[in-house]
Amino acid sequence: MAQLFTRDTQAIFWNNNKTAIQRMLDYDYTIKREKPSVVAIVAPTSGNKFDKFFYGPDEVMIPLFKTTSDAKAAQPQADVLLNFASFRTAYDVTMEALNIGGFSSIMITAEGIPERLARGMNEYARSKNVTVIGPATVGAIAPGAFKIANIGGTIENIVQSKLHRAGSCGLVTRSGGLFNEISNIISINADGIAEGVAIGGDRFVGSVFIDNLLRMQANHEVKYMLLLGEVGGTEEYKVIEAIKDGKLTKPIIAWCIGTIAKHYDSGVQFGHAGASANDDKETAESKNDAMRLAGIHVPGSFNDLPEIISAVYHDLHAQGKIEDTKEPSLNLVPKSRRSKEFICTISDERGEEAHYCGYPISSVATPDTGFTIGDVMSILWFKKRYPRWAVDFLETVLKTVADHGPAVSGAHNAKVTARAGKDVISSLIAGLLTIGPRFGGAIDGAAKYFKYANDKNLSPKEFLAYMKKEGIPIPGIGHRIKSLKNPDLRVESLKKFAKEYFPSTPLLDYALTVEQLITSKKENLILNVDGTIGILMIDMWRSLSYKDEEIDVFIDAGALNAFFILGRSIGFIGHILDEKRLAMPMYRHSMDDILYDVQKAEEL
Amino acid sequence: MAQKAIREYDAKSILAKHWNEYFPDFTYAYETVMVQNGSELKKATKGKTWIKDKALVAKPDMLFGKRGKNDLVLFKDVKPGDVSLSKAISWIDEKSSNEQSVFFSFDGDTPTGEAKVDMLTHFVVEPFTPHKQEEEYYISATVIGDNDVLYMSAEGGMEVEEAWDEKVTELTFLITDSEEEISKKIKANIPKDIVKANKVAYAEFAIGFFRAYRELNFSYLEINPFIMQGKKIELLDMVAKLDDTAGFMMVEEWGDIEYPTAFGMEAKSPEVIAIEEADAKTGASLKLTLLKPEARIWTMVAGGGASVVYADTIADLAGIEDLANYGEYSGGPTTGETKFYAEILLDLMTRKKDAMGREKIMIIGGAIANFTDVAKTFTGIIQAFENYAEKMLEVGIKIYVRRGGPNYEKGLRDIKEAADRLGLYIEVYGPQTHVTDIVRMALAK
Repeated sequence: MAQLFTRDTQAIFWNNNKTAIQRMLDYDYTIKREKPSVVAIVAPTSGNKFDKFFYGPDEVMIPLFKTTSDAKAAQPQADVLLNFASFRTAYDVTMEALNIGGFSSIMITAEGIPERLARGMNEYARSKNVTVIGPATVGAIAPGAFKIANIGGTIENIVQSKLHRAGSCGLVTRSGGLFNEISNIISINADGIAEGVAIGGDRFVGSVFIDNLLRMQANHEVKYMLLLGEVGGTEEYKVIEAIKDGKLTKPIIAWCIGTIAKHYDSGVQFGHAGASANDDKETAESKNDAMRLAGIHVPGSFNDLPEIISAVYHDLHAQGKIEDTKEPSLNLVPKSRRSKEFICTISDERGEEAHYCGYPISSVATPDTGFTIGDVMSILWFKKRYPRWAVDFLETVLKTVADHGPAVSGAHNAKVTARAGKDVISSLIAGLLTIGPRFGGAIDGAAKYFKYANDKNLSPKEFLAYMKKEGIPIPGIGHRIKSLKNPDLRVESLKKFAKEYFPSTPLLDYALTVEQLITSKKENLILNVDGTIGILMIDMWRSLSYKDEEIDVFIDAGALNAFFILGRSIGFIGHILDEKRLAMPMYRHSMDDILYDVQKAEEL
Repeated sequence: MAQKAIREYDAKSILAKHWNEYFPDFTYAYETVMVQNGSELKKATKGKTWIKDKALVAKPDMLFGKRGKNDLVLFKDVKPGDVSLSKAISWIDEKSSNEQSVFFSFDGDTPTGEAKVDMLTHFVVEPFTPHKQEEEYYISATVIGDNDVLYMSAEGGMEVEEAWDEKVTELTFLITDSEEEISKKIKANIPKDIVKANKVAYAEFAIGFFRAYRELNFSYLEINPFIMQGKKIELLDMVAKLDDTAGFMMVEEWGDIEYPTAFGMEAKSPEVIAIEEADAKTGASLKLTLLKPEARIWTMVAGGGASVVYADTIADLAGIEDLANYGEYSGGPTTGETKFYAEILLDLMTRKKDAMGREKIMIIGGAIANFTDVAKTFTGIIQAFENYAEKMLEVGIKIYVRRGGPNYEKGLRDIKEAADRLGLYIEVYGPQTHVTDIVRMALAK
């Protein structure tokens, strides 16, 4: 792979480092990338599902995951891992990612990973052909394509240092702090960089100078290279060897910092952990001399670096090997942006006409559009347009639960409130407030427990034992009067509909085997209407290819009970209007119907 | 700095603590104590009767070797192996009472180079172990390049050091080598000079030693010599360095470990210790080394790489005689942390005027920051200026600033305004100026 990153490169960011991620998105926006460069964040301790970031003036949501494997499964195309874990966990995070596979490069920012772990990690990555950038680095950049986290600094500096578009220099440094500085110098004295990597300051880093230079040698955008080394280590000699072997043929400019170290004994550490000369070969001076001898362009001092860059660049330019760069047009990141308090993902009233999930209201409202109320529910509740059989099922549910007479607690409450002279909304709310675990709530419960039992492959017997242990009667089972012999016709028609139109009904089939077992104990322990609806909802979603996690989210959100609430509201409103029509007086419960057992309050 | 030297006593203690794990078929008496003076040794006899009962050996335990050649190993009073407790006590008290000269390198028995002079503060005391020369062996392990290297020899002590190439078997291992591969390679390469009867035992010891070196995160471990008498092992002399970045995983394994300063190195000043403590508490990085506190050029540089470049440039243009310190602050320190760091520098810098009556120079340098907020850190420096302005004016200080990065315009403007308000001399430059050019400008005046 000649190029480390392209304009399509996408990354998973380990740790929700908001500033760094925002910097990446600002960069993406500035250079007009088609897609954002960060597509998932791994935040093991966060309870959130996503976080908001700015993309230009707007906001985008980036999903949060608890584990790297979840993030990778959701975004398999993201082949860069930006590992911002601390030195305590960075090793584990990297090893896990290497075992998951599918990453072409992993950047590690932590400084001070135990050396033996770092060595093992680097070797393991090498064996898997994964480029490790770091540890202890600020990252890498392919100008105009992809930028890691904070490298390049602020967006102003990036544009000023020409890091927003590809130039012709391949830059490799050890220091992350000086990376920007050298980019700046190159932008002033030449045409900027084509690719840049800060390899990291720890003694054992993954990709070393030679790895990066060899890749840049193969990268056609890179016309010459600049290596900024440091006192300590012998990596620069590998570069010299590669030049001698003819593996590196492009012009190279190089300088090792830390020439001062020779004046002091080894007690003074100049620079990074990797920077300590253990013998003469490792001093900055020896390395600079050796590189100069090998034909590398080495300045007299760091202060002379600008001149030598200018000379090499202008020479290549004069030879026609470097063409003039075109300055691309850029987006301007707004100076002040405000984060939005609310998020809406289902409808939008801005513009000519309000939309339901992308459908203008006029395109779904009238009968000729082919949309029924079930279609509208599916797009507003689940953000998908369901096939006919599923829409019909939703409507069947609504119709089935619309009313169950005046005596049930909700209808009774609505009626009492209406007779107290309250308006429709107060009366409706009074009725709705009774909906819960004892009234209507069995739909959620049935869905939840039957699904659990089915997921765990519990036999009907095991399921009963489990519920007994939990101390909960099985939700969705049992009827006051109905039994197998005297079936609930609502249930029968729901089952018939499902058998006829659902692609398959595995959970219903399972529930019926459970029903068989319990009715053998007691006649009226049948699958009731709540249970049937809850179970068929799961079968419907499974047939529509929803993942189990998504279905669990629906259950947890109470989407199932929502069908009951919506359907039954129709009935409640009917009862309320009925009361208004009848102009019934204020209701007062008969005292005969109350058992009074009042003791004098004890004095404490 | 990842590799840190530890005392011989601590190295032995770590091995002793894990002895059964790595050397289950060997025994080690672990009869060793570390004391700072004679009375400590006397106290140590409680619970350690061998100190009273056995003939002793005493030597300083302060990271330097060649103790024998420096005549700093007490193993005889009249003849070898007759050192009593009282002799050891008086010898330790004598050696620790005044400064000692120590040579670090020798040509034969003649010292070469300059001696370091310092107080001896730590001694290790052990029983005298009578043994035959052929029971002495050598073993060590370290990291070279990307690999681990194990050195083994049939002979220990001076002999091995003076004839390294002939007497030492060197084995290189990749980090990916498995336990089996390592064992196999060690068994197949036991030094030829080891007598046949002892080859298996040596191999077993070497395998355990090399595993201890790796698993206990040593970066250097040497026993020279160790004595092997059947299954009985004595560790006569050890040198060890730990990879201190592994410290967080090795709390249990290493126990309470101390990283002493090398003999002859100046003790860390309170200022340096204060910076180290602050550094340990923050996610940012604060580092300070005092090179020559009476010198006139002081640097307060942001970033590890930039600090080196400034030091290089000062050495090139002014010479190291003029460079007072080396250090850096980076990784987004808070305003408070930066103020703390700046005040320590200003305090040191304003203690005395320049001996030659020149003005002092303060280089507030830095490259273009990636994420450190320049204005925020400069606010810390400004607060330090406010507290030290009077002293700074008295000593005479010229300040040169160069910095880029997030919010640098505001930072530069603020620091210029503050210095002007306080009557301090200041020149301020941004990223348009070459990073180290302020050194040239400061020296040109």
